[in-house]
Amino acid sequence: MQTIKILLAFIVLWPLVGFLVNGLGRNFRSKKMTALYGCGQILGSFLASIYVFFLVKENGSQVATYFDFINVGTLKIPMSFQIDQLSSLFILIITGVGFLIHVYSTSYMRDEEPKHYARYFAYLNLFIFSMLLLVLGANYVIMFIGWEGVGLCSYLLIGFWFKNDNYNYAAKKAFIMNRIGDLGFLLAVFYLINKLGTVTYIDVFARVGELSSQDITIITALLFVGAMGKSAQLPLYTWLPDAMAGPTPVSALIHAATMVTAGIYMIARSNILYTMAPGTQGFIAIIGLATALFAATIALKQNDIKKVLAYSTVSQLGYMFLGLGVGAYTGAVFHVMTHAFFKALLFLGAGSVIHAMHHEQDIRKMGGLKKFMPITNITFLLGCLAIAGVPPFSGFFSKDEILAAAFEKNPILYYLGVAGALMTTFYMFRLYAMTFLGKFRGTNDQEHHLHESPSAITIPLIILAILATVGGFIGIPEVFATNSHWLEQWLAPIFEGSKALVEVHAVNHSQELLMMGVVTGLVLITIMFTWNKFSKYEEKNIEETGFVKVLENKWYVDELYDAIIVKPLDGLAVFFKNIFEKSGIDGTVNGVGRLVNYSSRQLRLVQSGQVGNYILIMVLSIIVIIFIWINDATIFRFISKIF
Amino acid sequence: MVPLLLIFIPVISGLLTFFLKNGNAAKNWSLVASVITLAVGLYGVFGSQNLSCNVEWLPVLGARFSVMLDGMGKMLTLLTAISFPIVFAATYNNQYKNTNAFYGLMLLTQAGLMGVFVAGDALLFYFFWELALIPVYFLCSIWGGEKRIAVTFKFFIYTFVGSLLMLVGILYLYNLTPNHTFAIESFYALKLTAAQQNIAFWLFFIAFAIKMPIFPLHTWQPDAYEQSPTSVTMILSGVMAKMGIFAVIRWLVPIFPLATEKFGSIIIILSVFGMLYASLIAIKQDDIKRLIAYSSIGHIGLMCAAIFAMKGIGLQGVMVQMFNHGINVIGLWIVANAIQQQLGTRKFSELGGLAQKAPILAILLMVMAFANIALPLTNAFVGEFLMFNGLFQYNIWLATIAGISIILAAVYTLNMVQKVFYGNTTTKTENATDITGNVQLILIVLVVVVIGFGIYPQPLINLTKDVVIAINP
Amino acid sequence: MPIQYYIYLALALFSIGVVGVLTRRNAIIIFMCVELMLNATNLLLVAFSKMHHGAALVADKASMVGIDGQLFVFFIMVVAAAEVSVGLAIIVMMYRNTHSVDVNFLNRLKN
Repeated sequence: MQTIKILLAFIVLWPLVGFLVNGLGRNFRSKKMTALYGCGQILGSFLASIYVFFLVKENGSQVATYFDFINVGTLKIPMSFQIDQLSSLFILIITGVGFLIHVYSTSYMRDEEPKHYARYFAYLNLFIFSMLLLVLGANYVIMFIGWEGVGLCSYLLIGFWFKNDNYNYAAKKAFIMNRIGDLGFLLAVFYLINKLGTVTYIDVFARVGELSSQDITIITALLFVGAMGKSAQLPLYTWLPDAMAGPTPVSALIHAATMVTAGIYMIARSNILYTMAPGTQGFIAIIGLATALFAATIALKQNDIKKVLAYSTVSQLGYMFLGLGVGAYTGAVFHVMTHAFFKALLFLGAGSVIHAMHHEQDIRKMGGLKKFMPITNITFLLGCLAIAGVPPFSGFFSKDEILAAAFEKNPILYYLGVAGALMTTFYMFRLYAMTFLGKFRGTNDQEHHLHESPSAITIPLIILAILATVGGFIGIPEVFATNSHWLEQWLAPIFEGSKALVEVHAVNHSQELLMMGVVTGLVLITIMFTWNKFSKYEEKNIEETGFVKVLENKWYVDELYDAIIVKPLDGLAVFFKNIFEKSGIDGTVNGVGRLVNYSSRQLRLVQSGQVGNYILIMVLSIIVIIFIWINDATIFRFISKIF
Repeated sequence: MVPLLLIFIPVISGLLTFFLKNGNAAKNWSLVASVITLAVGLYGVFGSQNLSCNVEWLPVLGARFSVMLDGMGKMLTLLTAISFPIVFAATYNNQYKNTNAFYGLMLLTQAGLMGVFVAGDALLFYFFWELALIPVYFLCSIWGGEKRIAVTFKFFIYTFVGSLLMLVGILYLYNLTPNHTFAIESFYALKLTAAQQNIAFWLFFIAFAIKMPIFPLHTWQPDAYEQSPTSVTMILSGVMAKMGIFAVIRWLVPIFPLATEKFGSIIIILSVFGMLYASLIAIKQDDIKRLIAYSSIGHIGLMCAAIFAMKGIGLQGVMVQMFNHGINVIGLWIVANAIQQQLGTRKFSELGGLAQKAPILAILLMVMAFANIALPLTNAFVGEFLMFNGLFQYNIWLATIAGISIILAAVYTLNMVQKVFYGNTTTKTENATDITGNVQLILIVLVVVVIGFGIYPQPLINLTKDVVIAINP
Repeated sequence: MPIQYYIYLALALFSIGVVGVLTRRNAIIIFMCVELMLNATNLLLVAFSKMHHGAALVADKASMVGIDGQLFVFFIMVVAAAEVSVGLAIIVMMYRNTHSVDVNFLNRLKN
């Protein structure tokens, strides 16, 4: 118990120490020191995470409580960490992939000034800290702390090059859109506190029976709003493509591998609640699938290498939500993991390309990079195969698991999912072919400088490529071998509650094999078609029209939001500021002032100086007083009634 | 003993300051005096048992000089005691004409504030309430900006009308007490009928609502904050706004429980609307000071709503937030002051790119800005979390609507950060340098407090727990 | 004679005085009207005093009840005389300054 307490604190705090040291010492340290320190902290956490992973394997789930964060009346929110099969898996992914990306960054960011270099690593360490807090927290409030913390880091890192105002807008947009989701999350937490008086996972899940089904639906829906923001689902996804303004390793770490999967983690963590709210689950499945398809269509026509990957991420996240929606929690977590490998790989590969191309990101200006960058080429290709779901690469297993579960739920979900998978294959191989195949379309100067990236970049690529290739074997489906789904067995304690609630009717094996075969065939055909088509790509400057133009412009969603939300709010704010506040409220206040002024000016005239008037008033007043005196009782009663 | 010291150290040192002819001597002397007050305040919070004093004051009227410190009083006197040295130190380089008078009036304001927070007698409370207002009137109208005369006049009339209504209310209650006394205990012991409460409630509430301020009685505030010298603005928003909140908790809710329940919903709706309204206006501001002013209205609105929701958890949040908001908003003003002193402008349109020129200021502001939008692990999160919780228990929809202000707060705060610190430098900011040592030091202290109470808010909660239980068992 | 007659007469005199004060602009006439009002009061005082005294005498020959009313009349006459002398002095001063005794010329306090 004590060991695990210390270990968890170490895992979480070690990156924070890195943040403080690099952040505060940014003016005094050489780049080498900074890089060593930044990576070293994460490596430390990673090694400790491995150790913890084995401890969990032996001892199962444990909760380590440190101190009372908030303790008011009956509400107790301790600062405590819960380590179990799910969180131990996530901390491995976070620190492991995080470490590789740190290493990659040491080279990628080397042109920065030392102080900005240190700032970059400080932010990155802070991000790891927040993310660990998010997954290790033993209650929803601690999760929320991490939840907002990663949002902050995302904001800081997207706007890392703060001289560029477009980047700042992207950063702001990301933060604000996330906040919309956060509000949902927060309301769910309030709801829980209101109904159960606790937010600690163990208590909440144990006492879930006390909640009515309506309560559970509301809570899960509100939590899902949070997930929509953080994991970039419809309708809150637009920040993620813009977030590509940040440095590429940041996109790989935050906006592909870890932060955006927080929503999936949260739902997997609360799986029992979701299983008991079939309404919300159906909603999640629909949103997930819609996002998967919608983002895939946009990705078909994007020409910015990072934008394609960004929309692809949105789309893959959609698949994960589809998995959660149809009850395939293991599948979703599995896909989070494989996605972390291959999407990080793809982003880092893209970064390697961008680096070599001197910050050119338009794939129409690339081509033929295969011969200049062999390692990047191979690893990128492996990543593409993995995401396309070609067996035996990792993406095949995880995506297949989700789609199989979807088929059990409703075949329509399955067919649409397959359509999305084919689109994924199409745009990924379009990206690959336009970047690496054919002949170079950039300037001579660029061509002259093309080179393979240094080893700090290629080694993480190679490691990730290996993981993306073999990572799927931890979850071999029943069809191929019995009891070989290691991940399912590992996560079984987390999902046992949900499993007990629903009957599983597995698809029979021959049908499953047939489906796999057909899909794989379709994918392979798509690959061949795309390969042929886009390796011969020639740049032509034709204005696209019709539907293609709509896709190129991302369905005009940004414009739509601008028109229906941003503009009206802006108008309202201007109205409040210039009219309602100035003329309305302040006008009333000043009006009262003016009224007093005016009436005193009028009353002043009574003091005319005419003795006759004075006497008249005097006499009249005396008459009134006498009158009151006579009717003393009635009048005073009248007056006292007024006041 | 401690409450007496808290009042009389500022009074005496303030009066002495008027006689110091040398401006720098007055500055240093005030700083020293306020640090001594701080030491006494800390002693009051942590050490002393000797926390009340009750002597004859105006026997004819039945008014006694009764002062006491409970948890809430301790917290707010501590806030007052912390604020003044911080303000003095952070604005040490500001130049004023008649320095001695400026600092003398500042210290008198402090005495008034302290008195309000410790008073246990209604007449005494009223006396200090005015004592805190009058020096501020002179401070604003003598050392303020261009439009100071009109603005300060409005401010004074506004708050004074409120004060008079409160005086009427106090006298009304005084006449109802069996032995004609102003003591808070006998006010609490009054068994008022619903009709009596309905009248007296508004007499008090309007006074407090103006001070906080609550929509729609807020229009004096942005102007006054903008036109006052920044050190006065810090006190106005950091501490004086808390007077209103404090007074509602101490002098309104326990005395008029029926009326509180009856009018609570109206006030909450007003407050919640005010939050959104102020946040939206803040988005459109072009002046740092006005932006912070409107942001402050939004935050205060939440506190007011949480009080009238009358849930223990929300009240606890208000307690915590009173302290934390004071710290945060003072931090923001210090940044605004540093920018104005150095660059001579507060307009966003003329600023930009300061992060390149003043990185330390940028980092410190960043922490303050994120505290302003209640990011977790900053102090404001705990308070807002608890307050929203209370509001949520009162009514889900109101809490949801109020929650929109969380989003809007992010919008205007990040707008400010972006326009002031990011982007490219402008002609005004080209030659900017980083902040001076004293401002750095003060801001670092504030940042430590912000993060410290963000991670471990329990001391503040424990300090005020009893008061909450007393009001809302 | 019944007391009502005295009251009606006094009321009439008083009203004439009031109306005179209100309507006339000549300071001397106003003064006269003031005197009229005072004397209306005097008349009432004397009448009531006589009435009460008469009633008391029936019961007790040596009764002093009611004579204080007549006493007040003397007070009023003395005060009125003093007042008239001051008032006339003012009117004289006024005439010297404005060559008129019209009170409407007295519409400002300075000059």
